[in-house]
Amino acid sequence: MERFVYADNAATTKISQPVLEAMLPYLTEEYGNPSSLYRFGNITKRAVEKARQEVAEVLGADPFEIIFTGCGTEADNWVKEIMRSLQKKGKNHFITSVVEHHALLHSAQRLEKEGFEVTYIPVDKDGQIDPEDIRKAIRPETGLVSIMFANNEIGTIYPIKEIGAICHEAGVLFHTDAVQAAGHVKINVKEMNIDMLSLSAHKFHGPKGVGAFYCRRGIPLTNIIDGGAQERGKRAGTENVAGIVGLATALSIANKEMEETTKRVTAMRNKLIDGILSTIPQCRLNGSRENRLAGNCNISFLGIEGESLLLRLDLAGIAASSGSACASSSLDPSHVLLAIGLPHEVAHGSVRLSLSDFNTDEDVDYILEKLPDIVSTLRAMSPMWEAMQKGEVSYDI
Amino acid sequence: MMYSDKVWDHFSNPHNVGEIADADGIGEVGNATCGDIMKIYLKIDKDIITDVKFKTFGCGAAIATSSMATEMIKGKPISEALKLTNKAVVEALEGLPPVKVHCSVLAEQAIKHALADYYRRNGIDPTPFVGELKDAEACHVH
Repeated sequence: MERFVYADNAATTKISQPVLEAMLPYLTEEYGNPSSLYRFGNITKRAVEKARQEVAEVLGADPFEIIFTGCGTEADNWVKEIMRSLQKKGKNHFITSVVEHHALLHSAQRLEKEGFEVTYIPVDKDGQIDPEDIRKAIRPETGLVSIMFANNEIGTIYPIKEIGAICHEAGVLFHTDAVQAAGHVKINVKEMNIDMLSLSAHKFHGPKGVGAFYCRRGIPLTNIIDGGAQERGKRAGTENVAGIVGLATALSIANKEMEETTKRVTAMRNKLIDGILSTIPQCRLNGSRENRLAGNCNISFLGIEGESLLLRLDLAGIAASSGSACASSSLDPSHVLLAIGLPHEVAHGSVRLSLSDFNTDEDVDYILEKLPDIVSTLRAMSPMWEAMQKGEVSYDI
Repeated sequence: MMYSDKVWDHFSNPHNVGEIADADGIGEVGNATCGDIMKIYLKIDKDIITDVKFKTFGCGAAIATSSMATEMIKGKPISEALKLTNKAVVEALEGLPPVKVHCSVLAEQAIKHALADYYRRNGIDPTPFVGELKDAEACHVH
């Protein structure tokens, strides 16, 4: 029987059994509208508020500060709204980084079109940010800083607490896109100086189509969807009750089991990275080895192109990603890999394998068994590899 | 973005992969910065393309179009190979996603470059046969 190894957990994850079981009643018998006054509606209203309480507890926040959204991207888009309202107070400057997810980068570009000034903080060769660069970038008219908690492509984890402290010292609001970090890294918004945070359920064995936005009490929040009184009227629309329950259940479980999961996934990931680097010549690990999400393995294979590698992996029953799933329909190499200084042609040859606690050692062995032959086959038909072998081109990796 | 079954076929089992040591014409187009390079080798006997091989660095569509385009000119007279359009390659592959159409353009160009090389090696100006050949300056110029 053909084996299927899912190694794209940074793109999305499988819903866990307990999450599914927690959701099912709200997809079947408990279909009441949480806004309805009768008791049948109260059941779902209570479920939503219990979920809010659970999410708040995991993040060290107040339930009032949690707003459920349709996805992580929607939560990130709120940053734009907050920046627009800050503009009325003369705050016209926004700071973010060059390695953000497109949800943030494209929001920043939108702000630029509207006349805002945006500073993009650079990264070093590991994709790391120097918090001092943020301190230097802050000006009197800076309203908001948004730096991701962990990178979706290369897994680099950022010094969020330190960045938050710098922002607060300067009286500037701090948002973090924690879509890759939530459920994988301990987060406490109060201790880490976070004013706003975005997360998405399907990255930690929750369902797709639901996210959450944490916004510290006291920050004026413009409605993102006008309508009914749901989510304090800030984000109207009948609640995705099953999704919200699923998000909270998945986040609570991930948080409870985090230490154990991280240990196991990190061991599998290290085996994968070491296995690849020791058996395949001319490849490099992208991102910091230490400051890295447990499941992330991003490798550049010189002389071949990432998409054809990804498709060959698919033919072998392995699901991976070349850079970022969002980039798979665009032709440019990943902005993150270019930001860490990779030449275009090296960035083109990159693949992300992302593991979760649902993976096994056998999965890793299977990838390590299949990958070398796939790389060799593609290199054998590559004129770029040929040129490298003849010494006509070379890359310092 | 989705590939047709035909693209998958040609990607997973590409035809005519390799080199021809004593090729009569070689054409290389694209560049590594853009993420695709195609190199086509031709063996020509009395105006007939008796053998063709390719080497490609690129995405699934680049490999599949190389395979299909070489298949479409193998055993054909030069005059027919010169008429091969990128559109015909796309049709033979049962379509390409819009962002990948440039791969078929590369395949058409690679063949034209290889034929131009053949003419030049024989002391013939290729321009009347293959037209003006230009190298793509920016990535994915159609």
